[in-house]
Amino acid sequence: MDTGSFAHQFAQQIVNGVSLGSIYALIALGYTMIYGIIKLINFAHGDIYMLGAYIGFVAITKAGLPFLPALIVSMIGAALAGIIIERIAYRPMRNAPRIAALITAIGVSFFLENGMILLVSPQPRTFPPVFAPTVYNIGGIVVNNQQILILVSALLLMLALTYIVNRTKAGKAMRAVSYDADAAKLMGIDTDRVISTTFALGSALAAAAGVLVGIYYNSIDPLMGMMPGIKAFIAAVVGGIGILPGAMLGGIIMGLVEAMVSGFFSSTYRDAAAFAILILILLYKPTGLLGKNVKEKV
Amino acid sequence: MKSLRQSLHKQDLLGLGLMVILFAVFYFLFDEEILDDYWETNVILILINIIMAVSLNLINGLTGQFSIGHAGFMAVGAYTSAIITVKLGMDFPIALIVATVSAAFLGFLIGMPTLRLNGDYLAIATLGLGEIIRIAILNIDYVGGASGFMGIPRLTTFPIAFWIMVFVVYFIKNFKNSADGRACLAIRENEIAAETMGINTTKYKVMAFTIGAGFAGTAGALFSHYYYIAHPASFTFMRSFDVLTMVVLGGLGSISGSISGAVLLTAISAALADYPEWRMVIYSIVLIVLMLNRPQGIFGNKELSLKMFQSIKLGGGSRGGTAQSE
Amino acid sequence: MLQKCEQVRIISVACKADRLLSLHGSPARNLKKAKVLLMKAWKKAVGALAMTTLVASMFTGCGKKDAAKKDSGNEIKIGALFELTGNVANYGKSTYKGVQLAVEQINAKGGINGKKIKLVEADNKSEPSESGNAATKLITKDKVSVIIGPATSGCVSAATPVVTNSKVPLMAPVATAPGITVDEKGKVRPFIFRACFTDPFQGKLMAKFAVETLKLKNIAIFYDSSSDYSKGLMDVFGKTLEEKGGKVVGKEAFLAKDQDFKSALTKLKASNPEALYVPGYYEEVSKIIKQAREVGLTCPILGSDGWDSPKLAQIAGGEALNGTYFTSAYSAQDKDPHVQQFIKDYKAKFNEEPDTFAIHAYDGTLAVAEAIKQAGTTDGTKIADALSKIKDLQVATGKYTLDKDHNPVSGGIIIEMKDGVQTFKQKITL
Repeated sequence: MDTGSFAHQFAQQIVNGVSLGSIYALIALGYTMIYGIIKLINFAHGDIYMLGAYIGFVAITKAGLPFLPALIVSMIGAALAGIIIERIAYRPMRNAPRIAALITAIGVSFFLENGMILLVSPQPRTFPPVFAPTVYNIGGIVVNNQQILILVSALLLMLALTYIVNRTKAGKAMRAVSYDADAAKLMGIDTDRVISTTFALGSALAAAAGVLVGIYYNSIDPLMGMMPGIKAFIAAVVGGIGILPGAMLGGIIMGLVEAMVSGFFSSTYRDAAAFAILILILLYKPTGLLGKNVKEKV
Repeated sequence: MKSLRQSLHKQDLLGLGLMVILFAVFYFLFDEEILDDYWETNVILILINIIMAVSLNLINGLTGQFSIGHAGFMAVGAYTSAIITVKLGMDFPIALIVATVSAAFLGFLIGMPTLRLNGDYLAIATLGLGEIIRIAILNIDYVGGASGFMGIPRLTTFPIAFWIMVFVVYFIKNFKNSADGRACLAIRENEIAAETMGINTTKYKVMAFTIGAGFAGTAGALFSHYYYIAHPASFTFMRSFDVLTMVVLGGLGSISGSISGAVLLTAISAALADYPEWRMVIYSIVLIVLMLNRPQGIFGNKELSLKMFQSIKLGGGSRGGTAQSE
Repeated sequence: MLQKCEQVRIISVACKADRLLSLHGSPARNLKKAKVLLMKAWKKAVGALAMTTLVASMFTGCGKKDAAKKDSGNEIKIGALFELTGNVANYGKSTYKGVQLAVEQINAKGGINGKKIKLVEADNKSEPSESGNAATKLITKDKVSVIIGPATSGCVSAATPVVTNSKVPLMAPVATAPGITVDEKGKVRPFIFRACFTDPFQGKLMAKFAVETLKLKNIAIFYDSSSDYSKGLMDVFGKTLEEKGGKVVGKEAFLAKDQDFKSALTKLKASNPEALYVPGYYEEVSKIIKQAREVGLTCPILGSDGWDSPKLAQIAGGEALNGTYFTSAYSAQDKDPHVQQFIKDYKAKFNEEPDTFAIHAYDGTLAVAEAIKQAGTTDGTKIADALSKIKDLQVATGKYTLDKDHNPVSGGIIIEMKDGVQTFKQKITL
């Protein structure tokens, strides 16, 4: 098969795009849940992803844990961090003007980034090889096992999350609070606890993405969460904010677009393309691809 | 409302008089070298930041739109003015005008489609646009690309920066007190209600955005002509965020607030220069604490005014001031 | 499913009920009220405290203006202006470390003409305008005699007018843009000096190596379009390659801090290059090489001195790095005792291997110290004069001599990566 042909290039870029997109999807899931429930763009979410990567790094290098336990430790650690941040910085801002809450979120994000720079230095850290990457060559298209792992993990976690949200009581509570917080309170739901749980779940997912990315790209640094965080938010919006499968879909779309723009146009306009998609979606289908139209009442 | 107009008029003259005195004092200090270069650099930076903060306040505070990409407009002003003076060899006043107009024009182009969005979405969209502008500049070799635009002459002096700042502040103050300004306030308070009352919300939102962007361009021109260089690294999200912080710290909707915010934050940044790594961490902690405990900022949405002093004199003195609110 | 208005009514009734009940003032309610009031007072207090802290810190900055004299008798003040925070903090800090090591060693030997060096650090936040600010501060407030740094060319350019006006020499240890020491009209900038290669020099070296030694013709380039270092090298390499009869078969760009390069690499692979030239810094290059091998690019990969760091092999892995070469001013394997001593001292002080930034900063600092010694004074013009006259000063990377353009005269070395270890391949000159 001619490795230079358009079809081949296209197929390879699809593989690249899907693996990139799965990472965005994992982060976007957390974003969409948090926004759905307290209507706040958690700017710090990308930094939780970074935090998760570092916790995983410490777990693997200092505590010598193998992959799966390290992943779980990282998810738990990030969940705790998410709960603490929500408790300290976001809960008091629930009734404050939106712009103040947004600034607080940005403040938390900068605090995490610069705090980490202070703590661990801006030098990138490398993950020790946790499993040897094996490369599969399918008719000239290159896929490696780590890409497959990321895609599979993202799918599994999304299924788990969907199960929790749709089939459990806790999930029902989350849906109730995101629909109408006051009414949920009247029905006896402890909204504070539900919100904390949401933050915990979202942060755990972001941490999982962080660890997987650390292994995949082999390097982590304190500023690694900025761009992926924003792109994941865009992914969540593209799919429909507050809708879980939407986040997954949005993530994959963002990954594919990025791969296509880099592969067929110019790599330097990747980020610009991501924002362009956001603006297009917001102008023509603001509730997202999977969203339903809700009229605003006065 | 004759008495109101009279009292406003009196206040304007008083303010203007204060400005002249301030100018004379600082000019003397700089001229006689009592205040050294370091002071001059910081004072000019404060003046530029005041223009940025006040122009952003027009968009975020007065009209209630969430714009966090202000650095992009500053960049446009910085670069276009540099092209005028360096590449085309024209004078600084022309460069300033071109900077303001081009940034305003970009603001208009961007504002038209995106101001249909609201709240958080607009925030992310403006963030994205600020980044797109920066990335675009990074890739245009005519203006230096990643190396930046070097060799810009230092044409910004203290008098120029000072009086432009005064002009911008008065312009926006008068806008705020005009019918257009009140339309913007109405949009901020409740957009749907304003629309129902017959205010063309899109027109005023775009207007505010355009004017705000234009003055950011002016600030950008002053900036690049003071620091000898225009570089994409100076116009990142960090700068947009800095300006936003100044506005929120001072109080959204309050012009005196934006001025105070700009002065305070620039001074703090300079003061913390001895602790570089800690600076950002301290900055963010102070910001979070401030947001948690006084989210309305220093002035809330009220202005520094004679009434405020009068109420203090009368011994009643709650800090916020009375009738002179919007 | 209650209608929204129904819900609102229920809530308002509930609130009224709550208020009615609270009027009775049961002890539990009173406690709650007290707690609420306390919270409010606490918030006001913290808010006021935060405000006063902010205002107070404003004035501490002014307070520090106490008499900083240029020559406080037995101290020589040198400013260290670097990117300590911000996007390129990584490289700025590394460079600063090299300076710190040099100063420590000089002071241990008694200083310069008996006077100890005092390093005054200043951060430019990786931003040119802050660079100008910081330079002004170092010169007017801290009264330094010389400034070392910044690391990036853009920040050096921003500081140049400030130092030139105040006649304070500036040593740029690792900035590579040619325009730093020589302006567009070809005139040398009297107060700016360099301690490393320039881009044109390095780019030509690698092109020569590729064509003459490796006998390669069709080369693709993958460069960092957000770095003038990388763009400069890309430019010169491409031109020199074509002059020597080769061809640039593909050109793609990435941005600093990017993580995923597979899409662009896949595109480059389709142009069937015999080699890939990736001039850039190790943070991105390491990932690029790793991912290049993963998409099936097995050709040799060529680079520049920005690759030089222990992190390169850590991130990319030894196997991926086989068949890669980069240009450098020195080799860690060089048996020359000066290089070895530097590496040993650096490891002892900082507990890590040095990289190219640190070693050049070390050299630059030694040159500055020597110039101050020769000049015998802290007068900027005299120090600049002494610096420009330095010949054959022994520094870590060899002998330091400045040419008439204030750039160091040096040859180059090609380093080959073998199993993750830098090995000396050959010396190369133009």
